Order: sequence, then C-alpha cells, then structure tokens
Amino acid sequence: MTTEQYQLSATEVKVQQQQAKRNWLLCTPALIILGVAASGPLLVMFYYSFLTPGNYGGVEFEFSSQGWFKVFFNKDIFTDSVGIADAHLSIFWRSIRLSTMTTLVCLIIGFPTAYFIATRPQKDRNFWLFMVTIPFWTNLLIRTFAIMEVIRNKGIINNVLTSIDIIDAPIQMLYTDAAILVGMTYVYLPLMILPLYASMEKLDFNLIEAGYDLYATRFRVLKQVIIPLVKPGVVAGSILVFIPSLGAFVTPRVLGGGKRMMLGNLIELQFGQGRNWPLGAALSITLLFIVMVALLFYVKNAQKSGLKYD
Amino acid sequence: MKLPYNKPLAAIAMIAMSSTGFAAGELNLFNWGNYTNPELITKFEQAHDVKVTITDYDSNDSALAKVKAGGHGFDLVVPSANYMQIWINEGLLLESRPDQMENFKHVHEDFANPDWDPGRRYSVPWQWGSVGIIVDTSVYSGDINTAAIYLDPPEELKGKINVAPEMNDVISSAIMYLGGEACTTDKELLKKVRDKLVDAKPNWLSMDYGIIEKFAGRDLAASLYWNGAAFRAREKNPDVRYGYPKEGYALWMDSVAVLKDAQNVENAKLFQNFIMSPENAALISAFARYANGIKGSEEFMPDDMKDAPEIIIPQEFVAAGKFLQTCSPEATQLYTAIWTELQK
Amino acid sequence: MTSPVTSKAQFSVRKLPGFTLIAIFCFVLLYVPILTLVLYSFNSGSSLALWEGFSIKWYYSAWQNKAVQEATGLSIVIALQAALYATVVATMAALGTTRTRPYRGQTAIYTIINQPLMVPEIVTAVALLICFAVVKEITQYRGITYLVLAHTAFCIPFAYLPIRARLEGMNNLLETAAADLYATPWRSFRYVTLPLLWPGILAGAMLAFVISLDDVVITEFVKSAGQDTLPTYMLGQLRRVITPEMNAISTALLAISVVMVSLIFILNRKKT
Repeated sequence: MTTEQYQLSATEVKVQQQQAKRNWLLCTPALIILGVAASGPLLVMFYYSFLTPGNYGGVEFEFSSQGWFKVFFNKDIFTDSVGIADAHLSIFWRSIRLSTMTTLVCLIIGFPTAYFIATRPQKDRNFWLFMVTIPFWTNLLIRTFAIMEVIRNKGIINNVLTSIDIIDAPIQMLYTDAAILVGMTYVYLPLMILPLYASMEKLDFNLIEAGYDLYATRFRVLKQVIIPLVKPGVVAGSILVFIPSLGAFVTPRVLGGGKRMMLGNLIELQFGQGRNWPLGAALSITLLFIVMVALLFYVKNAQKSGLKYD
Repeated sequence: MKLPYNKPLAAIAMIAMSSTGFAAGELNLFNWGNYTNPELITKFEQAHDVKVTITDYDSNDSALAKVKAGGHGFDLVVPSANYMQIWINEGLLLESRPDQMENFKHVHEDFANPDWDPGRRYSVPWQWGSVGIIVDTSVYSGDINTAAIYLDPPEELKGKINVAPEMNDVISSAIMYLGGEACTTDKELLKKVRDKLVDAKPNWLSMDYGIIEKFAGRDLAASLYWNGAAFRAREKNPDVRYGYPKEGYALWMDSVAVLKDAQNVENAKLFQNFIMSPENAALISAFARYANGIKGSEEFMPDDMKDAPEIIIPQEFVAAGKFLQTCSPEATQLYTAIWTELQK
Repeated sequence: MTSPVTSKAQFSVRKLPGFTLIAIFCFVLLYVPILTLVLYSFNSGSSLALWEGFSIKWYYSAWQNKAVQEATGLSIVIALQAALYATVVATMAALGTTRTRPYRGQTAIYTIINQPLMVPEIVTAVALLICFAVVKEITQYRGITYLVLAHTAFCIPFAYLPIRARLEGMNNLLETAAADLYATPWRSFRYVTLPLLWPGILAGAMLAFVISLDDVVITEFVKSAGQDTLPTYMLGQLRRVITPEMNAISTALLAISVVMVSLIFILNRKKT
C-alpha cells in the first residue's frame, strides 16, 4: 500500500477521498444490520467470556479468567494437575480436518459442475442453477435423513449392490467418517457451486481459444488460463464451505453416529447442559480468531491483486 | 434505531396476528416439540373460548435461557423435574397453587407432593417416564434389566448399541450402575464412571436420537433410551423389550407451571386445572405415549397403552427408579468434563 | 439432461475432459436422496426406513396439521424477506469494497461483513437472545422483525461473497465509457453494471434464501411465542418421532418450487 502513496496531486487526493466516502456510504446499510445483529452481540459475548459462570446457566457479573484458562488448559478433575486441554485440542483438530476435506471434495465436484453450467447456452444457465439449489429448499434434517436412507445397511446402495451380486453382505457405510464426509459435501455443495458459477459465467472464451491456438494442452489451459481467471470464485466458495462446516453438528451426529464431538457440539454443550457460558464464549472467540487470521491473510492477497483494476 | 423496513413488517405481523383475534382470551404455551396433542388444545379452546398458541423448545436449558432473558410472552412452560427447582429458585414461576384447584384430587398420590415441587404449589403433572434399556431379544436373550447391557455388553450386542446423547441421563445411569447416587461429587466414584464409560464406548455403534427406525430395521440391537420410544419400537419390531436396570434407573417428569410474567394468568390456571382431569390427561398420553400421573386416566387411554410394560412399571422394578434431582454446579462441572473426555 | 450431455466428439474450446461426467455425477448425487425422500412420502407405514406400501395418507395428515403449515409459511416469509434485504445491502457493500483503491477501514468492513460466517451460530443466538429480550421487554413488540433482522444479518456474507467474486473479475472499462458518454452514475449502474453483475446477484440471493430456510439455532433463540419455523418445528421432533409427514411436506414444497421454476423458465424462453 505504501507504494501507492507517493506524490498525488491535489485533485487526485480529492477524487480519492470522494471515492472513499462513496464506498463507506455503500457499505453503511450492511454495516448497520451486522452491527445490530452480529457484531454487537459478539461484543456482548466477548465480555461474557471474562465473567463467572452462573450456577444454573447464564453468568454472574464478576470477573474471572477461568473461561479462557479452560480453553487451553485442563485441570484434571481427579488429580488436580494442570495440563494442556487435550480434549479440546483434539476436537478442534478433528473439526478443522473434516472441514478441510469437505472443502476439497466440494471443490473437486463443484468446479466441473459450475463449469458445466457456465458453458451451457445463456438461456439455459439459470435453469441449471435452479437445479443445483432446489434440493436445498428441503430442510437440512430431512435431507440428512434421506442420505442415511441411501447409505444404511439395508438402504438403497446396499440393496442394489446385493441384488446384482456385486457384494454378498452389506457394506457398513453409515456411522463411518466417510459417511460424514459424504453428508457434509452434500450439505455444503451449493455454497461452492454458486460462487464458482458467478465468477465463471463471465469467462472469456477468446482467452481460452488463444491458449489452444498457442498449442497449450487442455490441462495447461485449465491451470494457467481458467483457474487464475476464476480464482475469486474459488476463494469465495472455499470460505463459504470451510467456515460453516467447522460449526456443523447435525450431519456428524446423524451420519457419523455422534460418538465423537465436533466443535459445534462442544460449544453448544457449554451453553446447554454444561452450564458454562464463559467457556463457551471463549471457545467461540478462539475459533473466530483462527478463522480471522486465515481470512485477513486472504484479504491481503486479494487487495494486492485488486490493484490492477485502478 | 430506525430500520428502513420496520413499518411494512409490522403491518404484515399485524395481519398475521389478527387472524387469531376471534377468541375471547389467549394462552401461550411453551412446550417440548411434538409433545402437545392438538385434540387437547382444540378441546380447551372450545371449552373456554381461548386461542392457544404453542411454541416448541428442544431442551430444558434453552427454555430456561429464553425465559430468564425476559420479553418472551409465554404463559406456561413445561420443565422437567430436575430443572423445576432452578425455575422456582430463580423466581421465574408464579405460585399458582394447583393444590387448591378443583381437579387436584385426581393427581396420583406418588406425584402429589414431589421433592421438586413440595405440595405442588407451582406445577401440575404433564407426563412422566423412565430412562431404561431397549433390547432386541432376537439378538440377545439374557437378562435385560441391567445397565451392563451397554456398560459391560454381552458379546452378541457389541457394535450394535446406541446410547442417548444426553449427558445427565447417561452419566447418572453409569453412576447408579457403579453403586452411587445421581448428582454425586464423589471423585473416586466418578473416576470409575469415566473409566467405565470410556472402556464401554468402543462397543457402541452410535450416540444418536431417532432409534425407533433402527430397531425396526434391525440395525440396532440395544440402546439406553426413553421408555416411550421403546413402546413405539416394539410396535414395529415385536422382539423389542424394555429393561429397567436393577442397579438403578432415572425417572423424569415434566410438569406444567405458570410463568411469573405471564400475561394470561387466569387462562393459564384454567389450563392447569383442565389437564388434571383424567379424560384430558389421557389425551396427552394418547399423543406422546407416556404416562401422565393422573388417577383414572387409564380408562380413557388407547387400549395398547393400558398394559404396556414400558409405560406401567412392573412392581418388582419400581423401587430401583429414582427421579433425577437438580445437580449442584460442582457436579455439573465434573460431568461436563467427563462427557467431553468421553467424546473427544 | 439430453442435448448438453451427449454432445459431439468434435473439438470445442469449452469442453474439458471429464468435467461433464463429474457434473452428471454431481446432479445424480444431488437428486438421489431427494428422490428417496419423495418416495418415502408415499409410504403407508409410519417409517422413514421401511417400505410398507403405497399411500397418500401422510399428505392428508400434513394437510390437517395446522402447526406444520404455519411453520412452513413462516419459514418462507422470513427467507424471502431476509434474502431480499441481504442481497440488496450485500450488493451495495460489494460495490463499495471492490474495484477501488485500498482505503482506510476496508479490511475492517470486510471482516465485519464476513463475521457471521466465523462465529458459531449458538454464540450469536445466545447473545441475540439477551439483546433482543431487552428490546422486547421495553417495546412489548414481539413480531417477526427480530427474526428477519437476525436472518438478514447472517445471510449477508452468503450473498456478498458470490457478488464480490463476480465483481472482482469485471473491469470498469464499460462504466468508464458510459461516464464518458455523460451517463449519470445511476444510469450507468442501471444499464451497465447491474446487467453484468446479475448472475452474481442471483447466485447470492439463492444462497441467502437457502441459508435462511435452513437456520435453526438462531431462530430457536430469537423466536417469540407462536413463531416456529419448519426447522425449529423439526428440531422439536428430533427426540421423539419423525414420520413421513415431513417428507410429504418437503415433497409438496419441492413440487411447488419445481413448477414455479419451470414457469419462469418457459416465460424466459418465450421472451428471448
């Protein structure tokens, strides 16, 4: 950014100021709504994370650092020795791993699908877009149950496979990590396809043709022409899949059997039967912090590439 | 704060509300989801010219948090026994004195003076049940009246067991199995509880709700779960039986209480009295399939419920059943740590 | 899926090997569970897992169930409003944060817009419960505005990101040309930017709608008396029994949306 600030003329400064003002105005409605219904409440929670848990839920308005302490450290309930909160760490790690895999699978399936839609004739594209979204107008729980129906031991896949004699005994698919991955991919797929489509739709095929004219292979065209052009969509889609899937808990419970906690369950437990709101608040702010660092990293990059539109 | 879309929305909300405006009175019931018989509500509405609105909740804790926060607009709530003392102590309930109501005479002696609401000054019985063991006896034909089914499972059941994902129910069941009392803070014992649960977990297939289907499809062979589900599972799979762990098992009861800041107090009291009449209590049970604690309601119940061993506890097992109490904050903290460790 | 899929073997710059195959697989994946749920809505038994014969009794029972109808209606009303408001403000915000020199506060704006994504729902839900309870107490107003406001807020990033992704790839040559031709900023936006941006806006609005329709945790904590949506209604059922009635409702909704989409599709075809 500093390189941008060398000697600007008075008019240029004025234009820049006007532009900044316009930008702020454009963002104001969104900021007001988010301030009231997202950021404001978050500040309340930040404050709560430093309070003492109420005896039966809620908080006592008395300072305590126990909430934060417990995020990272664990006082063994039986020996009173203090150690790293390995239960929390392993839950964090499991959630991050699962979200990463979900994002990758969504990208692998979503990219070609978005490309397929974007290369349909103009008048058909919205139709295909609706085809992608329609399944998601059905309630999440119902959709998850439907997936369960497909993969359970006496479900559709196993029935088909046994009836055409490919397998003798049903394959246990339900309650495995693979089942969670399939379910999560299913749930988050449109969050990947739609942003990808939005940035692919305007792909300039002259550029691609130029690539082929220069005797590039299909793979090289994909890698060096298409992907750089649709990068903003890839990034947006990945954010939209990765972050919400960190907090997912319905799908892991129904398809994974719920024997292991995800981050979403852990935090929910603190606000529910665990009755430790400060710990719940501190856990979520830790999560927020991790995600924010990743996101700021992305913004830095985006701004760098954004300069070329000036 | 002035929001640009306030007005049209308010107008829409008004229209939506006006459609309910014909009855003389109103009543807002805040109850567990899928728990209220629409027939019961219609009957009450017609008898008292009151429009009843039902709103669902899914856990004691979220209901408590909502009402505690204030501004909710509910009149009646249905807390479980082990939460009732919290509601009373936090000053959230109105002392509506059900014990002086006309229909109180129908309340069964066992439930007329419970620990969680001495003298029934606040609440009237809604439904009650137990947390026991469901077993598919075509898979395992041994003794099912023990928590060993899921804590020290027999070979036939390993890998086919479900455990309800409910912290309080699971931990108190394990405590009783090891000879303690629910809500204990005895660390020696709790350590054994943790080790027992952690050791048993590899034998479990899942910790999930929605088990009826899986017993019907024979994907599951045993589960720690509520009795009402056992009853429904038996309807679909005749080999399913319900066991009452002899080491001790948890009982629960949900009771209807009036909120302190209720706006329709008279209607709320009418409703409390209304559901203590045997005929109406039977309607509650017919829908959600649990017992209700009102004498004489049996004769109005559906036939299949009258002698169901899941609903009427056989005499020999009655003594082992304990109503869960409100655990101390210290106990809750210990249980949360064990629960987190179990699922890490 | 006829003509686009069975396209010819000749060379086309638009084709990438395997992509069409994966896309077909993707659509199959998307619709197999949906077809299952449609199938089980016609189950005569009360099970989602065991087929006991054909019957339309669950449609009849859904038709009789007032609670579920009200919940469905409310879900749709909230989702439509939230998607509309979120898309409008997100479009404005996207215009204010892309294709511009970096300015003070830009990163902060970006972070705030995406904040609902980063915070687990239960946290926002509890905090909103506390804040809105105070307002409800004072104003005694308990309408659906609170729900619409909360939904709009968490829908904003879902609408914003696709729109932003679209904008980032658009240069402003055309807008500059329009300005050179003395178009007012509004006209240049209306006739140049908006049509170019439209696919992004549509994608964003669809996402916002879907996200709002599925929300359960925030709704559960913000709703007042009588404001159950379909997801909170479902949540209440989770611990008890879920019957094919839910499938019947979902199927009916699917049928309605498919009819609507087809109508729009046909009308659009006629126009062009």
